[in-house]
Amino acid sequence: MNEKKETKRELLLPGDLIVDEGVKPGRGTFKRGGKIYAATLGVKTVRSGYVNIAAQSGRYDPKRGDRVIGTVTDVNSSIWMVDLNAPFPAVLHVNDVPWRVEFGDTKRYIDVGDAILVKISNVDELKKIQISMDEEGLRKLNNGQVIEIAPSQVPRVIGRKGSMISMLKNYTDSRIFVGQNGRIWIDGPLEGQYIAVKAIQMIEEKAQVVGLTDAVEQFLKEETGKVLENKREDK
Amino acid sequence: MVDEDIKLIGKDGIRRDGRKFDELRPITIEAGVLKRADGSAYLEWGENKVLAAVYGPREMHPRHAQNPSRAVVQARYNMAAFSVPDRKRPGPDRRSVEISKIMSEALEEIIFVEQFPRSSVDVFVEVLEASAGTRCAALTAASVALADAGIPMSDMISSCAAGKIDGQIVLDLGKKEDNFGEADVPLGMVTSSGKITLLQMDGNLTLDEYKKVMELAMNACREIYQIQREALKKRYSTSLEGYEDIEDTEEE
Amino acid sequence: MKELISRITKDYLFRLIKEGKRLDGRDLLEHRKLDINTGWIGTAEGSARVHLGDTDVIVGVKMSIGEPFPDTPDKGVMITSAELIPMASPKYEAGPPREDATELARVVDRGIREGHVIDTTKLCVTKGEKVWLVFLDMHILDFDGNLFDACGIAAMAALMNSEVPAETFDLGDNYKLPIGHVVIPTTFYKIKDQIMLDARLEEEMIADARLTVGTNEKGELVSMQKGLSGVFEYEDTISCIEKSREIGDKIRALLKDKV
Repeated sequence: MNEKKETKRELLLPGDLIVDEGVKPGRGTFKRGGKIYAATLGVKTVRSGYVNIAAQSGRYDPKRGDRVIGTVTDVNSSIWMVDLNAPFPAVLHVNDVPWRVEFGDTKRYIDVGDAILVKISNVDELKKIQISMDEEGLRKLNNGQVIEIAPSQVPRVIGRKGSMISMLKNYTDSRIFVGQNGRIWIDGPLEGQYIAVKAIQMIEEKAQVVGLTDAVEQFLKEETGKVLENKREDK
Repeated sequence: MVDEDIKLIGKDGIRRDGRKFDELRPITIEAGVLKRADGSAYLEWGENKVLAAVYGPREMHPRHAQNPSRAVVQARYNMAAFSVPDRKRPGPDRRSVEISKIMSEALEEIIFVEQFPRSSVDVFVEVLEASAGTRCAALTAASVALADAGIPMSDMISSCAAGKIDGQIVLDLGKKEDNFGEADVPLGMVTSSGKITLLQMDGNLTLDEYKKVMELAMNACREIYQIQREALKKRYSTSLEGYEDIEDTEEE
Repeated sequence: MKELISRITKDYLFRLIKEGKRLDGRDLLEHRKLDINTGWIGTAEGSARVHLGDTDVIVGVKMSIGEPFPDTPDKGVMITSAELIPMASPKYEAGPPREDATELARVVDRGIREGHVIDTTKLCVTKGEKVWLVFLDMHILDFDGNLFDACGIAAMAALMNSEVPAETFDLGDNYKLPIGHVVIPTTFYKIKDQIMLDARLEEEMIADARLTVGTNEKGELVSMQKGLSGVFEYEDTISCIEKSREIGDKIRALLKDKV
């Protein structure tokens, strides 16, 4: 056997052995012959007794409770079909929207091409994804724009304790929502949106995380001409 | 197949291209080279140049081909018209259909297909320049592209051929060696377990010779696996710097 | 398989374009970073890989001996084809070339043919019997909009990089493929009354009309193609042609360096 040992923060590849003692196999792992291995390319994290692999690439893997941004691809008399950048399309049923929709009246509320902010309400064993809009904050997005980043980059855009995202909002006077599926909704003055998009692209492309917040702040200062002091809590 | 006039190995045991019997041609791999695909890899192996792209898992079309309990792995091996000395007519021929089929089957072994019912994992390999051993190059590149696409898998696959020229067992036949040699055995191997996921053979070998061929090819697969690993590590190395800084994030 | 772009994002793009701005910060008449690499396919007589932003194409030239057309017994023959392989985009499917691929191949072909890029009179071996056949195969690897310019430039570069394989056919020494003119296409997109050069995918998806203009080193027009259901004003076409000549000259200079 060609078993590979891993160290902290090392990139694990599919089939790499995880050597931690007394942990249970979590997300992105599998068990074979009493041992735990990585199933996807990613980084190991251990939480509440489970070892997980945080994927560094790939499509969005839907989890119940995630808030995501979808694009409506099809409508019929009682459901909307929604693309989430997941392996499977999601279904939004008329019972799961905040309005009382008469049978066959679906199109009047949400149509093909609409962007919607929804929650994953269930993923069943056959990977059928159900989503819901019937909760505070969930809605059809009427203004602004939606951009897409790799789902694995979502934590970088949010930043530690949300530091990156609040900085982006403050400098660009925009409302920003980062869906767990890598879709980001941005709304605000045209100029602000434009700068926010550029900043997010910068976050995605900038290789190193060390000093990233400072680099992005510098960029935002230059682009917006704003000076916001001591807004960040993590410094 | 033996042509008396052509000597493929010199008296000093050195092959026409300067390699020893157990030496691979130079191999370089780069992961993540395409923007649209979910994962990709570019591989050069001697004069061979192949590009692999992965899309999926995604909803399978046409619908009637969906499997309700697992993903369907569809590999497509395609040669560019200019990849061979005599221009190849675009589109699939019998050879590329066969290679696509055995590649799909080889890759299906490592992918956790049961996690993705009704979907497909599509693997597209384009051979841009061909110089013997393209199916091994294709499978090796496809495996890197699958990992780059974040597809859940039990392992990786590495692939290499060995065979017989001038009565001697050699690794990784070059173009002339393939044309004038006595046997060629392309092998695809699941790296950690050493299990065989692709195997073909043509020519003539004794059982003893087969054993030697396989020993060479299997060792080479382990060597190639390290190159695949390095390619993926290089692609993701920078994005892992300072990873713990962002590990504990919460939503806005 | 469909490409998805939400309605609000489209609206944002329209607003941006109205103000003369683009997604990636370019000016309306600025093209993306152009990268040309020639001659790295050993099995081809000539080859070029072109990156236009994230659009990535490769063109290979293969040559062999064949019969001339009856009406041009002393001229070589060029055959152009394009494959929009499923590697390049989630919306491409395997199978015979679709309309898009056929249009692309024909537009590139027209620029080269009508622009007399290849001096076909020098590709005759025996009049009426044997001439050189030049196969130009375009392979799209990554699709992020504007294939016309990426393929047209790659085709030009690949031809300039080509060597006639005379030795292989016992016809003497190899020689450089005779090039008459250097034709460069530039493609303009009209979106909500604004005209922009070199659209990337999102822009191409919302474009009303498209105009490809091929010019040669003398600034002469050699091919044009208007596409999509929108319309151009006559004056628009004039400004596109003028801009095309200017950009064509820049790219010709770049090609001279690279090939």
